[in-house]
Formats: sequence, structure tokens, C-alpha cells
Amino acid sequence: MKRAKFSAISFRFRHVWIRNLTTYRRIWKINFLVPLLEPGFYIVAFGLGFAGLIGKVDYAGLSLEYTRFMAPALVATACMWNSFFETTYTSFVRMYYQKTFHGMLATPISVEEIIVGEIVWAASKATAAVTLMLAVLIPIGYANFPDALLCIPLAFLGGLAFGSIGMFFTGIIPTIDMFNLPTFLFITPMFLFSGTFFPIRGIPEWAGVISLIFPLYHMVELTRFFSLGAMESDPIFNLAYLMAFTVVFACLALFSMKRRLIQ
Amino acid sequence: MESTNIIEGRNVVKCFKEVAAVVGINFTVKSGEFFGLLGPNGAGKTSVIRIIYGFSPLTAGHMHVFGININTGWRAIRYRLGVCQQENTLDPDLTVEQNLILYARYFDMKKTHARNRAEELLDFFALTNKRKSKVMELSGGLARRLQLARALMSEPELLILDEPTTGLDPQSRHQVWERLLELKKRGMTMLLTTHYMDEAENLCDRILIMDHGRIIAEGAPRELITDYAAESVIEIEGPGNELRNFVKSKDIRHDDLDDRIIIYTEAHGVLEEEIREKFCMESCLFRAGNLEDVFLRLTGRELRE
Ligand SMILES: Nc1ncnc2c1ncn2[C@@H]1O[C@H](COP(=O)(O)OP(=O)(O)OP(=O)(O)O)[C@@H](O)[C@H]1O
Ligand SMILES: [Mg+2]
Repeated sequence: MKRAKFSAISFRFRHVWIRNLTTYRRIWKINFLVPLLEPGFYIVAFGLGFAGLIGKVDYAGLSLEYTRFMAPALVATACMWNSFFETTYTSFVRMYYQKTFHGMLATPISVEEIIVGEIVWAASKATAAVTLMLAVLIPIGYANFPDALLCIPLAFLGGLAFGSIGMFFTGIIPTIDMFNLPTFLFITPMFLFSGTFFPIRGIPEWAGVISLIFPLYHMVELTRFFSLGAMESDPIFNLAYLMAFTVVFACLALFSMKRRLIQ
Repeated sequence: MESTNIIEGRNVVKCFKEVAAVVGINFTVKSGEFFGLLGPNGAGKTSVIRIIYGFSPLTAGHMHVFGININTGWRAIRYRLGVCQQENTLDPDLTVEQNLILYARYFDMKKTHARNRAEELLDFFALTNKRKSKVMELSGGLARRLQLARALMSEPELLILDEPTTGLDPQSRHQVWERLLELKKRGMTMLLTTHYMDEAENLCDRILIMDHGRIIAEGAPRELITDYAAESVIEIEGPGNELRNFVKSKDIRHDDLDDRIIIYTEAHGVLEEEIREKFCMESCLFRAGNLEDVFLRLTGRELRE
């Protein structure tokens, strides 16, 4: 009973998802403002501030304005932040302070289903945020229609990947303020060095190799491919990497969380 | 079916890293029984309860609930029991009503059924006026009542109550007692832990007293009182040596607390009469023996770490 078991996972995880949706419904109007306004802020700020410093960015044979190069990456980073924060801070509060999981564990729901429910919820939230961002980016011509819509299912996969990383940290972190550590050591470098703000071709080779490890790099490549129709890597490889990464971290999350919750 | 075992624990052992919380206990709870689990802080009550509802894995031994092994059949078991945990595990972001309805969902209950059930329970626990309140805004006692109501949402056959009345005012406590007795009449089996001895004495058919993870006494409340205390108790303030010697020479069951002596006697017996005549000049208290006497005699009067 102490080790996580895949056989303990059934579709009952939907109950956990519904529970989260019910609590989220009360605050979603405010939360939806962020993905709607965020791309606008970045595009205006970078457009005004960088336009004079940087001419065009050469990417995959295209010569792009800086804001056009960057905009698709915003979709990927929004997906990351949304799902990572959901399974770290928010899940931790539910687990540790509100004892929500403990309450559920007196019902026919298994620990495994709670973890899966949390991760799938985080991915759903990320997907909703990305959908809203596209609703802004497509009309202003920063993402191609209809190909850019593929970013929506991609956001769900990315949300599972980043949600799993977050859940894994929630399983091992002693106190909530220590989330600063994985955020600073892992998420922030990933945010900066995944070809988000500059093409990784321009940086030294060793740094480029590190970027390849980051799931965000693969996600950014794919959002660019879907939004601009061009990319510098192989979409099949990117997708395969993201999937493999998700599977590995989902397993790690299951094991670390089960060890933490079951005493 | 009066004698079916609803809970059956055999050599139940639960160890945490350094602590042995439960050290090999054997017990059974029968169908329709109101069973009490008593013990000082840290005795291992919650640990036993967590094993019964399949939260904590056993370190050793066996646990069967409804005749099903908890290790393999935990899910089937959990469909049939309701748990009111010691800690508040209500959803603070949700309303009273939402808490009940969402909880029913975890048991795959149909929405309309859940609504009706919530309605009944809000009424049963006098929470109807608070249905739209956020749980965060409830007083401690109301939250406790809500958690009790929530445990009943799934129409359980077995109700597990870990200190359900802690923090309740006397009115609510009596109301909860009434409700629990009503549930018992309907044939529900119940397992209760409490630190209120009067509560256990009033409600429970059978009681198990634990200390340091072991069972130290078991029986019906009345049996325990006659076995470990007495039907009648005399408390005398500032006892003199004469009284002390008298009690010792007659080999009467007593507790000597320096400034007070507690003597356990038969009701209306010869001894009681003799003590009354000889030693009761001023501060003498005659009362019936109760479960608190049993508890203190068995587990000592010292504070627990
Ligand atoms: N998760 C845990 N990790 C380590 N030790 C624990 C854990 N839970 C309980 N214990 C220890 O096990 C022992 C029994 O605890 P338990 O909670 O079962 O007592 P209890 O009888 O319910 O006490 P109380 O009346 O205070 O609720 C205690 O010594 C406690 O410190
Ligand atoms: Mg306890």
C-alpha cells in the first residue's frame, strides 16, 4: 500500500478535477484577465524597448521582427507557469494546510487518482490560459490561423509535463517557502534559456545542449512551428521528448507524493 | 445477524520511523454496536482508525472490515463507511452545501440523490440556515457538525468518529449525541473516540481503553466501572492518618492523592456507612462511580508528554 501503483488509477480522478473546477469557478473571471493581457504587455514593452536595439531576428530561414519571434514563446511560458504554480503552491496549500487530500482519502479515491487529478487539472488550466492568449495573438496577426490552434492540445501536453515536475517537488519539499529553490534553480533558467527570448543558435554550444534538456525548449520550438510555420528542430522529436519527459516526471510525482501522504 | 464482525483486527501493529504507535492489538466490533475507543493523548487511537479506513498501511497483522481485507479491498470498504476525521478536512473555499455535494461525488453518487441527501443532513444537523455560508466563516462547532454531516453523505453502514464533539458547546454536544443515538437505532455500527468520559459512558455499548499502543481494558461501561472503580465513590478532603490506616487495614480499593483520598465502595454497603459515620466530619463527597474514575485509575493521573 505504500508504493504507488498504476492499478490504483481509474477514471475517478475526474472527481478531483471537478472539485478543483468548482473552487476555481469563483475566481476565474479575475484569473482570465492575465492570459488575455499578458501577450499585449510583452509585445508593447518589447516592441517599444527592443525595436531600436535589435533589428531582425534570423530564425529558421525567416527574418522576423523581434516581437514576432518572441510572441509564440509567450504561449509556451504561460503554459509552464500556469501548470507549475498550480501543482506547487496551490497543491501544497490543498495538501498541507487545507488537508483536502486527507479528506478525500477517506472516500473511494486513491492517492494515485488524487495526484493524476491534480496534474490533469493543472494541464487543463494551462490549456485554458493558452486558448485565451491565442484569442489575442491570432487576430493581431502574431500567430497563423488555423495552424496555431494546434498550440491548444500542445498546451495540454506541456501542462502535464510542467504539472508533473511541480507535483514531484510538492512531494519532496518540506515547507511551502522552499519552492523558491526549484523555481530559482530550475524554472527561471529554463524560462530564460529555452530559446524563448533569443534563438539558441546564438549561444555557445554547451549552453545549447543544456537547452535541449529543458522541456520548455521543445515546447517553444513547437509553438513557433505552429504559429510561424517554421522551426529549427524536428517536431516529432520535440513531441517525443515532451511525452517521455511527462511520463518520467508523472511517475516521480506519483512516488514522491504517495510517500509523503501515506504514513 | 447480530454477531457479524464489522471490524476485526488481529495483532495490529503500526510503527512510524521511531515510534511504535500500535503494538499488536486484537479487537472486534460487531454489527449494530456502538464501540468506544478511549485513551490518553498519543495512545494510538487515531492510528488504529487510520488503519481501519485504509489510510495507513499496517506494519504487521491483519485488518478486516465487513469481512474484507483492508490491504486488498480498501476501495470496496471505503464505499461503505463514513469517517469524521480528527482534523478539520472540510473545503474552506466552498459553501456548506457544496462541501456535502462534492463529497458525495467522491462516492460516485448521482447528483439528484446527493442533493436530496444533503438537504436531509442539513436539516438533521440544524445547518439549513448556513447552507450558503463559506466554511471559512463557520465557528469551530458548526464546522465540526458539518464534518459529521459530510461523513454521513454516503449512507455508510459503519460510521467512524474521531473526537466528533471536541470544541462543541454543551447544546451542540447533546444534539450530536441525540443524532448519534438515532442513527444507532437505525442499525448503524459506530466507532467513536472521545476524551469526554461522560460521552463514552452515555453512548457506547462496549469500550476499549488503550495506552501506549496497547489495550489495557475492555468491556461495557458498567462492567468497567465495577471492575476497575466501584459503583459508589467517596471523596474526602484532607484525610487524616486514622482514615488512611482504616482504609489500608480493611484493604479497601482507594487512591491517595495527598490532600484528598478517593475511596471505592459498594453502594449502600457496610463500609460506606462506617466511613460516613467515623470520618465524614466536614468535606465528604458521595457520588456514583463513573468512567472517568476507571480511566484515571488505569492510565494514571500524570500529564502525558
Ligand atoms: N505521521 C506520524 N509520524 C510519526 N509519528 C506519528 C504519526 N502519527 C502519529 N504518530 C505517533 O503515534 C503515536 C500515536 O498517535 P495517535 O495520533 O494515534 O494518538 P491518539 O490516541 O489519537 O492521540 P490524541 O488523543 O492526541 O488524538 C503518538 O506517539 C504519535 O506521536
Ligand atoms: Mg487522535
